[in-house]
Amino acid sequence: MQTVNDAEEQLKFDQRIIDEQKIEPTDWMPDAYRQNLIRQMSQHAHSEVIGMQPEGNWITRAPTLRRKAVLLSKVQDEAGHGLYLYSATESLGITRSDLIEALQSGTAKYASIFNYPTLTWADMGAIGWLVDGAAIVNQISLQRTSYGPYARAMVRICKEESFHQRQGYEIMTVLAKGSAEQKQMAQDAMNRNWWPSLMMFGPHDSDSAHSGKSMKWKIKRVSNDQLRQKFIDQTVPQIEELGLDMPDPELKWNEERGSYDSGEINWEEFYQVINGSGPCNYQRIKHHKKAHKEGEWVREAVRAYQEKQNAKKQTNVA
Amino acid sequence: MKDNQQNLIRFLIGLGDDSVVLSHRLSEWCSNGPYLEEDIALSNIALDYIGRARMFYQYAAELEGDKRTEDDIAFLRNEREYTNLLIHELPINDFAFTMVRQYFLDVYYCQYLLQLCESTDERIAAIAAKAVKESRYHLKRSKPWIKQLAEGTDESRERVQLALDELENFVGELFLMEEWETQLANDKLVVDRKTLEANWNSEVQSFLAESDMKFPDSKIQIRGGRNGIHTEHLGHMLSEMQYLQRSMPGLEW
Repeated sequence: MQTVNDAEEQLKFDQRIIDEQKIEPTDWMPDAYRQNLIRQMSQHAHSEVIGMQPEGNWITRAPTLRRKAVLLSKVQDEAGHGLYLYSATESLGITRSDLIEALQSGTAKYASIFNYPTLTWADMGAIGWLVDGAAIVNQISLQRTSYGPYARAMVRICKEESFHQRQGYEIMTVLAKGSAEQKQMAQDAMNRNWWPSLMMFGPHDSDSAHSGKSMKWKIKRVSNDQLRQKFIDQTVPQIEELGLDMPDPELKWNEERGSYDSGEINWEEFYQVINGSGPCNYQRIKHHKKAHKEGEWVREAVRAYQEKQNAKKQTNVA
Repeated sequence: MKDNQQNLIRFLIGLGDDSVVLSHRLSEWCSNGPYLEEDIALSNIALDYIGRARMFYQYAAELEGDKRTEDDIAFLRNEREYTNLLIHELPINDFAFTMVRQYFLDVYYCQYLLQLCESTDERIAAIAAKAVKESRYHLKRSKPWIKQLAEGTDESRERVQLALDELENFVGELFLMEEWETQLANDKLVVDRKTLEANWNSEVQSFLAESDMKFPDSKIQIRGGRNGIHTEHLGHMLSEMQYLQRSMPGLEW
């Protein structure tokens, strides 16, 4: 039930959003705003964490020591982003273990792209280049999001993501200029990752369940379709530069719009993957649960040790 | 002198192998740790060891006259040509095993690398100076882990004990010198590892004693790593690690 006080606070909150002021953890905020943020931020954190798996799949098989070091530090960065975003989400009054439980039970989502398999080394290139590239387009817009901790996290994360994208593009460049087999590997990885990368921006604006409110609260600053277009426009010249064939025959420059036209996304596949039936959904969550379960005895040991230490301290004080 | 050069190359590749093999094992924890923080930390340590491997291999390659690269050394030698000390190649097992091995090696490297800083070879001394700082930091992490696991629950203590039992077979080799290595040590190019054993024992034993745990003085001495005689585990690691370079040879990556 909304009290008089809440109504006053709501007015103040609305004004602050209009004035582009950041909302901070201790500020009053409507519950729906809080829940919406928890959903979006935790989804973002989970994406970083689950995203470690498809790339982790190649750490032990990276072809050179330098590539191995770069890939390992990239995946380590993703873990760091996950940690940072979990902490930022915790500022909204939810614990990390609640968030992890929501991930494992399937209530919370993560980026659907990570439900596709990384079949060859070229996927490491394509993911860095396309997936991190798409993530940056989205995250740059989120640097202006209305919730302070989220906005600051985005500033920091964007810096590292651009390094990730460069390393991915560099892998693609080497492969595209390499042997026929390597070039084929690059083409194939791009073809497979292209559509799932476009899907990362979510459904069309007209079909997006959460967009309206998120835009009003300035959690979201730019629409799904606008971000997707921006990504396509910046990526097509890079495909040309690599000398690869276009992954979508309908990609054509539209002089009038000053943008590329493109084919329609397979939305059936999109919803199928989002709803848990993509090629790796089961595997990703199973892996996460297994690692979590196998670590339980360690976490228990840490708790037990802490309790013993605390008990000792109390005895000493007494 | 020419012999010494050959021995020095052999020495550098051995140390590079130790590092590359351990970094591979540590990297297997990525997305499998008990905390997200541990995924990050173990990856970090793995990265330090990849860095070491590269420095040792690069120097070896230069001394060989640039006939091969660091990657040729890492990816184009087979099990019998790899010369890492065996402890580095053992599978990660559980978190207790990984941390006890790490603690043992951290203590070892802190002592070993500190002395290696005194090498009459400036390049080796410089690598050691960089690496010893890393190992000191690693030790700051592994020590409290051993304590927490040894004094945590019955289960965690038992797992630490199992790790100690298994590692008892492989610690001895850390302190066994090959003849060619002894020659290098006589010339003050490298460290006589034999001389480290007593210190290592007393540091580890007194630390474990704090948690009422023991590790024996006289250990079983399985040896062979520096001569390319390995456990069965290494072959599997190399077939995974070298797969791209072997299946599509001679390419840039």
